[in-house]
Amino acid sequence: MKINQLKQVETLDEAYRLLNEDRRNVVIAGGAWLKMSSRTVETGIDLSNLSLDYIEETPEALRIGSMTTLRQLETHAGVRALYKGMLSTSISQIMGVGLRNLVTIGGSIIGKYGFSDVLPALLAMETSLVFHSQGEIPLEDFLESKGRINDVLVSINIRKKKGVGYFKKVKQTALAFATLNIAVSRSEGLYKIAIGSRPSVATLAREAMEEVNLAESVDDETIARAAEHATSLKFSSNPSASEDYRAILARVYTGRGLKEVRDCED
Amino acid sequence: MKISLTLNNRPKTFDVAPDEYLVDTLRRYGYTSVRRGCDTTSCGVCTLLVDDKPVPSCAFLSARADGARLTTVEGIPETASKLAEHFGERGADQCGFCNPGIALAVHSMEQSGMPADDATIDHYLVGNLCRCTGYQSQREAIKAYLGDKK
Ligand SMILES: Cc1cc2nc3c(=O)[nH]c(=O)nc-3n(C[C@H](O)[C@H](O)[C@H](O)COP(=O)(O)OP(=O)(O)OC[C@H]3O[C@@H](n4cnc5c(N)ncnc54)[C@H](O)[C@@H]3O)c2cc1C
Ligand code: FES
Ligand code: FES
Repeated sequence: MKINQLKQVETLDEAYRLLNEDRRNVVIAGGAWLKMSSRTVETGIDLSNLSLDYIEETPEALRIGSMTTLRQLETHAGVRALYKGMLSTSISQIMGVGLRNLVTIGGSIIGKYGFSDVLPALLAMETSLVFHSQGEIPLEDFLESKGRINDVLVSINIRKKKGVGYFKKVKQTALAFATLNIAVSRSEGLYKIAIGSRPSVATLAREAMEEVNLAESVDDETIARAAEHATSLKFSSNPSASEDYRAILARVYTGRGLKEVRDCED
Repeated sequence: MKISLTLNNRPKTFDVAPDEYLVDTLRRYGYTSVRRGCDTTSCGVCTLLVDDKPVPSCAFLSARADGARLTTVEGIPETASKLAEHFGERGADQCGFCNPGIALAVHSMEQSGMPADDATIDHYLVGNLCRCTGYQSQREAIKAYLGDKK
């Protein structure tokens, strides 16, 4: 990536204005993913002076600044306590500690990366995004939206609920992208299942969720039916796995995840 | 642009381009223990401590290091020499290219007070690749080094 000028902005307004002034201007968070692109950036909008690296806890929610690093999240007691540490577990499997000290939660969300390990975990909780201009929107809506993002992500809100979670990253080597990743949660009697690296971006497995959430009892047969529904999501092939193999992984790990959260004490 | 920082506890001022990364700046100014491997944040040989935290210097924009405290392997002489002894005893080094990055990662692991067990060492150092040794001897050497410090 070539950057013609780097602007360490002093306010969110300034960042927003620069972003919308020229399509060649780009927000830089950790910068690790951007570094690998071959684009020429006119003005790199550096958010690092805006004190957006924070994790605030209230009785209802965790409010996370968009420049918070993945390592800050991974090691934060409040995050580790949430849904039995599902988000921390997902982060801990991303590359090494050094990279996680650099990359940010904001960059991990805005990129809508298909391989993302954090997105399934965030989807399986109740997560919303706060943008500078657009205000608050649910993570799911953001992931389904299309087109260039002309806004600055300020913070991420995760509702604090009593619940349990399961995260699985299927990968071929320690540092590889996921062949498939899956997060399953249970909170207040409701189950959520999010599957990513299909290889497209993570999504909720709604039919599978409906099967367990509408069932009178979540027995092994119900779980087997829900796991079968998970295979109806759209999977594709790439060099790391075939479409069929991904569907099989989705079935197996949906089943295992559901059993684990069903049997886990709150 | 000019950045001022401390490097191994000494104040320094460097001239940097807006899209320059710390690995380039430091090597340009002669600090060649900071090595370039993959250049895509995947191998850990360019590891540097920024405000005591290990980061891949190949993706850390130099302009952002203004006011920071940087540490290369020369800034942790005690760790580096003790670790080298343990590495030597166990044949945990061959070409040595990965060694400065590993020493800095071990130093940071030690500073954060983590347990010196196999699982913690593997987890903390998974991002520091070595093309020569196969990791077993390195893990033993690191465990011995951390054990000595208790
Ligand atoms: C070698 C490598 C391997 C990786 N492996 C994995 C993996 O296995 N699993 C995984 O989940 N992730 C992986 N990642 C991705 C990583 O975890 C981060 O998600 C990624 O680097 C983006 O974070 P960043 O802070 O570097 O963002 P940047 O590179 O700075 O930005 C990414 C994008 O988001 C935009 N952006 C960032 N912040 C904001 C904001 N606040 N408002 C508006 N726009 C914004 C930028 O303009 C850019 O388009 C990997 C990354 C690398 C470099
Ligand atoms: S050169 Fe920086 S991680 Fe490989
Ligand atoms: S000793 Fe050669 S790369 Fe590690």
